[in-house]
Amino acid sequence: MSAKILSYVTFIYGFAFILYLSAWIFKKPLANRLGTGATALAVLGTLTGILFRWVESHQMGIGHAPLSNLYESLVFLSLCIAVISLFVEFKYKLSIIGVVASPLPFLAMAYASLPKVSSEIQPLIPALQSNWLIAHVMTCFVGYAAFAVAFGISILFFLKSSGGDKSSAAMSLVPDLDTLDELTHQMVMFGFLFLSIGIITGSVWANQAWGRYWGWDPKETWSLITWLVYATLLHARMMRGWMGKKIAVLSVIGFLAVIFTYFGVNLLPGLHSYQ
Amino acid sequence: MSKSSKSERMVDQIWNFFASVKLSVVILLSIAATSIVGTVVPQNENPGLYLNNYGEFLFSVFNALGVFDLYHSGWFRFLMCLLIINLVVCSINRLNATWRIIFPKTPQFQAGRFKNAGSRQEWTMDAPTDRLKNVYESYISGHFSVHRTDATENGFIVYAEKGRWTRLGVYAVHASVILMVIGGLIGSIWGFEGFANIPEGESAGKITLTNQDSEKDLGFLIRCNKFSIALYDSGMPKEYRSSLTILKKDQEMVTQDILVNTPLKVEGVSIFQSSYGKIPGKSFTVKFIENDSEIEYVKKASMGEEIPLPGNSGILVVEDFKASFSFRGVTLENIFLCRLSDASGETENIILPVDFPRFDKMRGGKFIISISDVEYKYYTGLQVSRDPGVPVVYAGFLLMILGCYVTFFMFHQQFCVELSRQGGQTRVTVSGISGKNKPGMLVKTRRFARRLKKTTERPE
Ligand code: HEM
Repeated sequence: MSAKILSYVTFIYGFAFILYLSAWIFKKPLANRLGTGATALAVLGTLTGILFRWVESHQMGIGHAPLSNLYESLVFLSLCIAVISLFVEFKYKLSIIGVVASPLPFLAMAYASLPKVSSEIQPLIPALQSNWLIAHVMTCFVGYAAFAVAFGISILFFLKSSGGDKSSAAMSLVPDLDTLDELTHQMVMFGFLFLSIGIITGSVWANQAWGRYWGWDPKETWSLITWLVYATLLHARMMRGWMGKKIAVLSVIGFLAVIFTYFGVNLLPGLHSYQ
Repeated sequence: MSKSSKSERMVDQIWNFFASVKLSVVILLSIAATSIVGTVVPQNENPGLYLNNYGEFLFSVFNALGVFDLYHSGWFRFLMCLLIINLVVCSINRLNATWRIIFPKTPQFQAGRFKNAGSRQEWTMDAPTDRLKNVYESYISGHFSVHRTDATENGFIVYAEKGRWTRLGVYAVHASVILMVIGGLIGSIWGFEGFANIPEGESAGKITLTNQDSEKDLGFLIRCNKFSIALYDSGMPKEYRSSLTILKKDQEMVTQDILVNTPLKVEGVSIFQSSYGKIPGKSFTVKFIENDSEIEYVKKASMGEEIPLPGNSGILVVEDFKASFSFRGVTLENIFLCRLSDASGETENIILPVDFPRFDKMRGGKFIISISDVEYKYYTGLQVSRDPGVPVVYAGFLLMILGCYVTFFMFHQQFCVELSRQGGQTRVTVSGISGKNKPGMLVKTRRFARRLKKTTERPE
């Protein structure tokens, strides 16, 4: 049941992206509102799917919050990205954010539905049986999602700043560079707080399960690297001449580090890799 | 130029070098880059493995640079030191310069600073200015700890502010980094980490220290009463459980079951469930089957004992047991490693898998040797550690979260409400500024203006 709901949700996310994109290209505000509606619907769908999955795991007698494997984390990540991008859209009256932010949950969900990502509900192995797991995964992924949206805004920044044709109708919908810069900063600060909490809860958990709060395993180390890149961004912003473009570049590098922490680390040896 | 001023200038230059944010950006990126290397090159492996992988030249270069144990290498520590110096110097520098701005004896308000605030809200009220001033003042004194009213030519200005202290948030974040590093240092100096494998029914008082070849006496004994595994229907592990008793001078102090996420703490030492394994019981049966005649000879034997072969044609010693063993690329389970000497004294090492009694036929010896009637028992693999730095590190964690929250989401807000008479009416102007001039200030100012308007709508 939950699997079915979540596979429909994938298409709704994709559809939302198409709506946002056509709203932007053809300057149709209606399509934009529909895109927002579709994203909201997908958010509700994802929530329902997660809830069903939770219930299903209890029915199987192995009840646990659906945050324990790659599939479940991807679903949760798309939920977070969609919620944050809706928040940005409303709070900053920035409808254009949908164009860059909505493909991300779609891609995450599409990746989750690949056959190589097992969507089976699995029981928790002993190391994962801890409430810290929930705190750790949730906060990390809220952080990742904020960085994803910051990445989207940085892409907008590049589009705007290199958009040779300044008068082009499409570009006029993109806010000015200062606003984009400020928004990136806001998102990075939000993500930084949550990534910090994520690393900290992970640390406390590791101390409880393995007797060390930090062990330099590749996933830990890469989350630290990601954290350092964003710390660099926050500080670089205080140096003269590091506004705008350089910050956007750092935000893109930071997001690449996020992606590597998430997926790439499985290529390296260590404790953490899902499956 | 006098000598002292020259050296003062030197000190100044060094001080400024360490106080710069540019340096911190360089340090943060260097730590990140170093860490990347540490995840690409596996750490703390066997030197032979490295030699194989990288060849002699790269091996010696990497070895000299400490790449194989990067996070404990001298220059990683050097980077950490630089970070701390940078942070401390920078914080002292800034606190020095801003403490009086942050905490003035009497807060200064300058109307001029509000002149260009982008957040300005204006409206006109149908009320006498004096009454409005009283209403607003009473609202503001209820919501702001610091406020002041000045009379102007044709009205009043009410200043109000809050959140001045939030400017300290950044210092909390930086202090938290220092706490974490200090906590880590305390742990590495006064703490230890090791492991012990204890078979069911036995006890151990010593652990083998990790990454060192030395042992450590704990000052008490850990006895493993029982180890058990529970599986899910699918065969995946569900629970590892060790029942442990801590003994001191033959006195039982505590008995407790530990699970993977539930360690046992005793005398500042924590004992964690970390692995497990299977070992054979003391005695087992060794069978010799003569290859030609298929005649069986059976003997009871135990590990390490010299077992004479039938007809005194040699001696077998069972030396070791491996729960899993890689043999010509195949992983075999439950293997005994043995040494076989023939009558002439020539020895060879042979392996005897319990689950394949005719495995030894392959050797082509006079007897096919096998081992059976093995009673296995579990040993529990315990991680034993003591880390007196943990409370300091955890304090750092809390401070980091608090500091980040304050720095990112709270800010120093200053408002200025100007009331001026316009006939019988009053012109109200509200503007707000913040040190960081965030767009959030616009939102706050709008809200503040809305609340002020509301106070006058209430019937009196
Ligand atoms: C891992 C280490 C560090 C972390 C996590 C960290 C974190 C932060 C954060 C979160 C901020 C606030 C940024 C903002 O308001 O957007 C900040 C500001 C700042 N940091 Fe760091 N920092 C670190 C190391 C350093 C170092 C080594 C220096 C040395 C110069 C430094 C100097 C500063 C300065 C000058 C500010 C601005 C303070 C202000 O606004 O008054 N930081 N830092």
